[in-house]
Amino acid sequence: MSAFTDPPKESFRLGMLIYDTRYRSMTIQIVALIAFLAGAAWLVNNAANNLAALGKPLQFSFLWEPSGYDINQRLIEYNSQSPHIRAAFVGLINTLIIAVMGCTTATILGVVIGVLRLSKNWLVSKLMTVYIETFRNVPVLLWIVFTMAIFIETMPAPREFRSGAATMKLFDSVAFTNRGFYIPEPLFSNSLGNIDVFGIFKISNDLLAVIAVLVVSFLLQRAVKRRADKIQEATGIRPVTWWQRVGLMFIPIVVLLYVLGFHLGYPELKGFNFKGGIHLRNSLISLWIALSLYTAAFIAEAVRAGIMAVSKGQSEAAFALGLTASQTMNLVILPQALRVIIPPLISQYLNLTKNSSLAIAVGYMDITGTLAGITLNQTGREMETLILLMLVYLTISLSISSVMNWYNNAVKLKER
Amino acid sequence: MSDVAYVRTEMVPEKAPPASQVGPIKWVRENLFPDIPNSVLTILALYFLYLALSALLPWIFHSAVHANSLNECREIIREAYGPDAVGACWGVIVDRWHQLLFGFYPQDMYWRPVTAFVLLLVALSPVLFSQVPRKMLMFTAVYPFIMYFLLWGGSIWLPLSVMFGFVLAPISHKIVAPLAGNLAGVIAGFAVPILWWGLAAGPVAEYLHSVAPVGIEYIESAKFGGFMLSITIGITGIALSLPLGIVLALGRRSDLLIIKSLSIGFIEFIRGVPLITLLFVASTLLNYFLPPGTTFDIILRVMIMVTLFSAAYMAEVIRGGLAALPKGQYEAADALGLDYWKAQRLIIMPQALKISIPGIVGTFIGLFKDTTLVSIIGLMDPLGLSNAIRADQAWNGILWELYAFIAAMFWIVCFSMSRYSMYLERKLQTDHR
Repeated sequence: MSAFTDPPKESFRLGMLIYDTRYRSMTIQIVALIAFLAGAAWLVNNAANNLAALGKPLQFSFLWEPSGYDINQRLIEYNSQSPHIRAAFVGLINTLIIAVMGCTTATILGVVIGVLRLSKNWLVSKLMTVYIETFRNVPVLLWIVFTMAIFIETMPAPREFRSGAATMKLFDSVAFTNRGFYIPEPLFSNSLGNIDVFGIFKISNDLLAVIAVLVVSFLLQRAVKRRADKIQEATGIRPVTWWQRVGLMFIPIVVLLYVLGFHLGYPELKGFNFKGGIHLRNSLISLWIALSLYTAAFIAEAVRAGIMAVSKGQSEAAFALGLTASQTMNLVILPQALRVIIPPLISQYLNLTKNSSLAIAVGYMDITGTLAGITLNQTGREMETLILLMLVYLTISLSISSVMNWYNNAVKLKER
Repeated sequence: MSDVAYVRTEMVPEKAPPASQVGPIKWVRENLFPDIPNSVLTILALYFLYLALSALLPWIFHSAVHANSLNECREIIREAYGPDAVGACWGVIVDRWHQLLFGFYPQDMYWRPVTAFVLLLVALSPVLFSQVPRKMLMFTAVYPFIMYFLLWGGSIWLPLSVMFGFVLAPISHKIVAPLAGNLAGVIAGFAVPILWWGLAAGPVAEYLHSVAPVGIEYIESAKFGGFMLSITIGITGIALSLPLGIVLALGRRSDLLIIKSLSIGFIEFIRGVPLITLLFVASTLLNYFLPPGTTFDIILRVMIMVTLFSAAYMAEVIRGGLAALPKGQYEAADALGLDYWKAQRLIIMPQALKISIPGIVGTFIGLFKDTTLVSIIGLMDPLGLSNAIRADQAWNGILWELYAFIAAMFWIVCFSMSRYSMYLERKLQTDHR
């Protein structure tokens, strides 16, 4: 005789959709889905009706019409006859430039400041606290316009270089003016020419060659280091390799630069402005400085929290092993703190990239300034431009976070 | 017995410790010059301090407070401190403080935002400090309507009839629940107020106003500006983003697939785009998504966008708090037989919110700082007003004083918020360390 009996078969009643926990979650989800779809449909329907009434239905063909405006900072060929889509692309490149520059300097500054804030030196740690609290508690937009104002108000105008009221710095190679910085540009007398990428933009072959040589020599010197490590592990004697590694790192690139005929093109004062060299506009510089300083304050706090999360026993053990203070920091504390630091660091990188959209306040032509600024005003296509803009930022954000998450997974503690 | 050869009967008087081991000298040696790298750092820091102060202090001390224009200001400074003196011109703040605080709000109406601000402090006090009597929370609940009425003005019947919707919710629940069961009561509690707001609130308010016209002068949103605008947007965003963030965080951790994916989609979308794009949407696009002919206020639209934006960040902060709770807490709540909402309300949320206080306040601070972005879409927040003030002939070219004033105001508010969060953390700390 079986002790188990089938549960009595209940007939399904409509009330069970709500009162029976087996079905209730399904009911809630379906109701939520229907409500969401209905809401979305209502919004889309309204938008379609409104846009149709205004005579501008959703279409993106305007992107291929001539833009009719100039962009002062462009890394790829662009003029006012180029289509809007190209203007947006130029803006995207500018956004990426400021994001990469900003993230790099903010990381360096942030790590230094975060470590210094924990320093035993009273004056230095107090100064760093003041720095962090000042920058964190004032809006970034204010910092951006403030830095821009400093550049415009306190730097000399180019004509003052003519009268001798201002001089170029660093052996007459760099000029700091209120229109921006003029720095020497790299030139190649035996240039390899440009490579055309799908006929859209051009990349200098010289640049590619330099990057390739740098990467190869870096990999080669890593290989030398690995070999030395292996020999040390096997025999206990470390072969002297520093001259090999230095040579591998520098000789190929020097040879390449010599072959290409590398020389610097210095900026020169001609007429009322500087000609030649690279012109870093003050919109770029002030945005870069303001974003770096602002984000560095947050990164410094993350670094400090990360270092404090490493237990005290670790540094005591390191001192017991006879490591110096800086060795303890570099070999014991920072590698462990890094695991704690990276997740907030990712979100600071994302914040910096998103904050770079405030470029519009100082007239730096990033993608917000081109696509959602001038293109939007000239074509009156709010819906299309803003959809595109949001998609671009979403793509950038998601790629940054996926790359950094991949890195985070690579360095995080492997637990079994 | 012989005498003990030598016993010291009187002690050698205590010597003062070496000069290098006491007092300020020891402190300086230990904290400023313990070794060579630190000494270098100290000297660098001192040099930097000297540079910064030698640039700032003359500017601050050679300042002119009463002046009607920038030129007059410079004249005063030149007369007082010599021909080359450069000084701060605080005259602009004295002359234009009312604009920086209230924007273009009519001067004879300043009592309204001031009253609203004082009442805001009263309404916040029971939320912030537990010593204040709990009954005051009643006032906090009514405060949003008072704030709306004081700031915008117009007929008193509109905020009253909107408030009546909230009264309708429990009433309709009470009436329907005994008749058609608890569930129908809950549905009625949601549906009746929504119907009231959607269909009846406006006409009823209009009718009451035509019968008994009680109210104060209506001030349109274009007149709002200055810190009043920042605080209005900031407070609304703060008050609304916390509950919305909690709901989103719960949605993201929910087992229900559709709810979970909707929450994730919303949060990741909002966190993936800059606030400025959402403000562009508010200023140019939001009206397209509503039935033809509806327009609603730009400040309201900005508030909605700012709230949605910080709600997504808030959700992530709270999700962190929820994830940090030990699993045993959830299991204990289940074992006690609490249902989902009771478990959340009584066990999970109090702990999760406590863990995430620093993050929550950080999000609030970020939100308040982000209100400056509205100047880009043309609203007159302090930063936008600084441009407007510069556009005036008298103050053309003044920069640092305005920026310093605005920065100082933001700094005070944000710094006090972060200090309050530390106080709250200490007060709520229950573990023994």
